[in-house]
Amino acid sequence: MSNFWSAWIIFLTVATIVGSTWLLMGNRKGRGEGQTTGHVYDEIEEYDNPLPAWWLYMFLASIVFAIGYLIAYPGLGKFPGMLGWTQVEAWQSEIDKAERTYAPLFEGYLAQPVETVAQDPKATKMGQRLFANNCAQCHGSDARGSHGFPNLTDNDWLYGGDAAAIKHSIAYGRAGQMPAWGAVMGEEKTAQATAYVQALSGQDTDAALAEAGKAVYGTYCIACHGVEGKGNPMFGAPDLTDDIWLYGGSESQIRRSIANGRQGQMPAHKDLLDEARIHLITAYVYSLSQKPIQAGAGAQ
Amino acid sequence: MIHDKIERNVGLMMVLIVVAISFGGLAEIVPLMFLKQTTEPVAGLKPLTALQVEGRDIYIREGCNVCHSQMIRPFRAETERYGHYSVAGEFVYEHPFLWGSKRTGPDLARVGGRYSDAWHRAHMYNPRDVVPESNMPAFPWLFDHEVDSSQTAAKLSALRTVGVPYTDDDIAGAAAAVQGKMEIDALIAYLQQLGTVLKETR
Repeated sequence: MSNFWSAWIIFLTVATIVGSTWLLMGNRKGRGEGQTTGHVYDEIEEYDNPLPAWWLYMFLASIVFAIGYLIAYPGLGKFPGMLGWTQVEAWQSEIDKAERTYAPLFEGYLAQPVETVAQDPKATKMGQRLFANNCAQCHGSDARGSHGFPNLTDNDWLYGGDAAAIKHSIAYGRAGQMPAWGAVMGEEKTAQATAYVQALSGQDTDAALAEAGKAVYGTYCIACHGVEGKGNPMFGAPDLTDDIWLYGGSESQIRRSIANGRQGQMPAHKDLLDEARIHLITAYVYSLSQKPIQAGAGAQ
Repeated sequence: MIHDKIERNVGLMMVLIVVAISFGGLAEIVPLMFLKQTTEPVAGLKPLTALQVEGRDIYIREGCNVCHSQMIRPFRAETERYGHYSVAGEFVYEHPFLWGSKRTGPDLARVGGRYSDAWHRAHMYNPRDVVPESNMPAFPWLFDHEVDSSQTAAKLSALRTVGVPYTDDDIAGAAAAVQGKMEIDALIAYLQQLGTVLKETR
């Protein structure tokens, strides 16, 4: 702030306070209790009583407060105030205080492997809160995902479900690239490929069409989805033989996926969240997919 | 009596009223127009592209700013959730700014890059499809209408008049840049750049 603007602010502020004080003091007495101003309008007279005392003192108190405030806090141009308070420092001290409280907790978990942290109910609760804030918008508050956004609870993974793969997905994001084959394949081959993919996952479909689709699959799809249609976590190519579908498993949705392609994008979070938080979210997500197996094992 | 004199002199009363009303603004607002912190862009700030400008106008047209603020205050509760607090230099090309103070929905000052384009499309078409608890209205018509490119160049040149550094080429190519784009694409292009100039790990 230049000296001119500092002086400008100080002048206007002080002038306002002085002016208000002068106005208040100049009017505080009036002509005295019970006296009129001397005007008569339609036989109506106007009293000129002094200000009620409580009112006057409240005015004075607010003026005293204003002066005290301007001495303690920044308000008068460049004068920083006796307390040296700034908005950014207030925020920083809030952050530092939280850091002192929570950093040991975060660091404690960061030092343990994800698999261990995932067993700790307190840690997964923290992870759940972080998940709710950062992940639930796409994956849902129950982590079951929705059309186009993977379910994280079913232990079926596009890019691998071990701790390192999950952490990588969160920190660096993922970009799924299913190319659009509609123009390349044409109507007929698209229909054949669709039937073959349906057959792979055990759906009822036209057997002849599916048989023809096998060749189409061998030409266009095999590179990513593999000989057996089991997918490839290197490219995030999904397993086509199970009944888990990111974009729907109906005939029309499969056809759409093949003809128009699909672009799934997981945004990178390494610039948004620090390592310890990513670690906790990883542990939470990891714990979700472990549950059904444990429950199954318990039932046996 | 001073009181008496002021009440009987309309001219003097007018002057004093103007003084009383304007001093606050003169002290609090006018200096901001000349301060470096509020008039200089933060490092890396770029003017919106033509498509983003159209997206911003759709944002305003649909009233997004009525429920979503774009101002992260310097409190831990906010910076933990949204990211680095907003600074004045981020808004020097904003005319008008969309800070707002009412948050029916979350703050969007740093929403850029947080979600994929596909998420925004799904969310705008029907928010309940991706966030079942959401009470945000659906905006399906954005998928049916193309951006009106007839005013785009005029909008950019108007912004240049108030200080946004668009080049002649930007303005000449403005209409072509948005031609044939759907409104949803413009809106997403606008949303995906919000707050991306300042990055900070929470």
